[in-house]
Amino acid sequence: MDVRKTYKLFVNGEFVRSESGRAYRPDGKVNVPRGSRKDLRDAVRAARTAFPGWAGRTAMNRGQILYRAAEMLDGRAAQFVELLGGGARARRELDQSVETLVWYAGWTDKLSQVTGTVNPVAGPYFNFTIPEPTGVVAVVAPEETPLSGFVRRLAPALCGGNVVVALAAESHPLAALTLAEVVATSDVPAGVINIISGQRKELLPWLANHMDINAIDTAGCTPEEIKGIEEAAAGNVKRVIKVTQDEQSPYLVAAFMEMKTVWHPIGV
Amino acid sequence: MPATRLTPFIPSHNPSMATALSLTHLGSLMRGVRSVDEVGADERAASLAKRSIKKSSKLWALDLAIRCMDLTTLEGADTPGKVAAMCAKAIRPKPGDSTIPSVAAVCVYPLRIADCVEHLRGSDVRIASVATAFPSGQSFTPIKLAETEQAVRAGAHEIDMVIDRGAFLAGDYQRVYDEIVAVKEACGAAHLKVILETGELGTYDAVRRASILAMAAGADFIKTSTGKVQPAATLPVALVMMESIRDFVRETGRPVGFKAAGGIRTAKQAIAYLVLTYETLGPDWMTPERLRLGASTLLNDVLMQIDKERTGAYQSPDYFTID
Repeated sequence: MDVRKTYKLFVNGEFVRSESGRAYRPDGKVNVPRGSRKDLRDAVRAARTAFPGWAGRTAMNRGQILYRAAEMLDGRAAQFVELLGGGARARRELDQSVETLVWYAGWTDKLSQVTGTVNPVAGPYFNFTIPEPTGVVAVVAPEETPLSGFVRRLAPALCGGNVVVALAAESHPLAALTLAEVVATSDVPAGVINIISGQRKELLPWLANHMDINAIDTAGCTPEEIKGIEEAAAGNVKRVIKVTQDEQSPYLVAAFMEMKTVWHPIGV
Repeated sequence: MPATRLTPFIPSHNPSMATALSLTHLGSLMRGVRSVDEVGADERAASLAKRSIKKSSKLWALDLAIRCMDLTTLEGADTPGKVAAMCAKAIRPKPGDSTIPSVAAVCVYPLRIADCVEHLRGSDVRIASVATAFPSGQSFTPIKLAETEQAVRAGAHEIDMVIDRGAFLAGDYQRVYDEIVAVKEACGAAHLKVILETGELGTYDAVRRASILAMAAGADFIKTSTGKVQPAATLPVALVMMESIRDFVRETGRPVGFKAAGGIRTAKQAIAYLVLTYETLGPDWMTPERLRLGASTLLNDVLMQIDKERTGAYQSPDYFTID
């Protein structure tokens, strides 16, 4: 029997339809939910609630969970390759995605050693700087590589202890929406990753001026879109992160972190 | 319930009735209370909760929600400092924005009344105090009366009393009735809100009986819950109580207020109560004189929704004072 799948949004650990009831057909065949601003609102609320728990976990535990996500993704390799159109290129994109997850899983407990510092100061203080997660990060997934591009933006934000509200690639949302099934079986706490599909043009302004989003990753945006985002993001001084989508570096994790410097008196 | 049966129970009609009332009279009053259609009440409340209030109507509703709010702190850990902060927030919910009205009242434990008197001086914000062995009501009547009198002396404008649910559930309506009458007398000029603690009453029928009993005994307001028991305020229970008020007013002509309290945390919930009030009791009840929303953590969400309507951007609790 051919069971046709209903793709859904992933909000607060649950697979839900858009509250608007709308759908669109990115490839002319499959109905995909067309998320609304209220779906984004719900996702941000879920993420904000999940943030202290995720940020408060030990770095090692976050690494274990990211690694588990890599395992789950690898276990569904055949499904994802088919979803990405099959062939060597799809296979390569999948392998890259798995590797990215494993790579950032290893970085969780090494991040503060690399990006943190002990600072020499001219006074009786022990002075050090440590990275802390900034909070709710919005990720706009790139269109060209709907899986690996998405994972490459998702993983560094999660690695540092941030929570994510992601906008799936508008033209190829199925990879991101199916990745939600991987996330759901990887011990990622509810609300830490939320994935919304829909039209960028409609949703971007709401992401950009949302006061409870602390950073926005614009990997999938055009220069004009980035300009609009930067203007709207000024409202709560969001971090607007602009990198080329293929980058992979611990300093990308640092881009989502707040650097906290502590002055600890010596000899009192 | 024919008017002839209810009228003699109303203290204003018969001030000396408290002692004159016999058990049989009260029993006939309680037996005369019609039963509630539970499924119907649930469905009506659910359908009214779905009503969509947008744009300028929403702003109006949010403004009303603030004006009808009893900003509450009822914790063992309440300190004079915490109450002072709450009083400041009650007068000016959003610092720097004079378009946001003050709340109706603050609601505190009796020992904190003095702090409120000090910090609310010169404002229109009323002081409500819980009394009568809040939240359980399981104490001796003279102690409850003494507590009420002292609270009023300390400066409370409104007293939130709890009924003796033990007596009510055991069927001792006389005891509950007499106690409310006595507390009302002890209140003097202060307004009396009678908390039914509907979460402990079990059925809608009992809620309706308790509502009629409290109003007949002289309550100025009837209030759903203490906030210390789950479930606290729910929309269907509020509907049952409002319908009791409506029927009571129709028969006696004495308007009685309604206060929902416990578990109201979002602006959306608050608006649902406003819709329910409007549809059940009408526009005359859309005023702090007759409607209150008791809440400790509702105000910030209402402020955030107002800012959302004004600016078009979703808001963050980071930019609002702590409740």
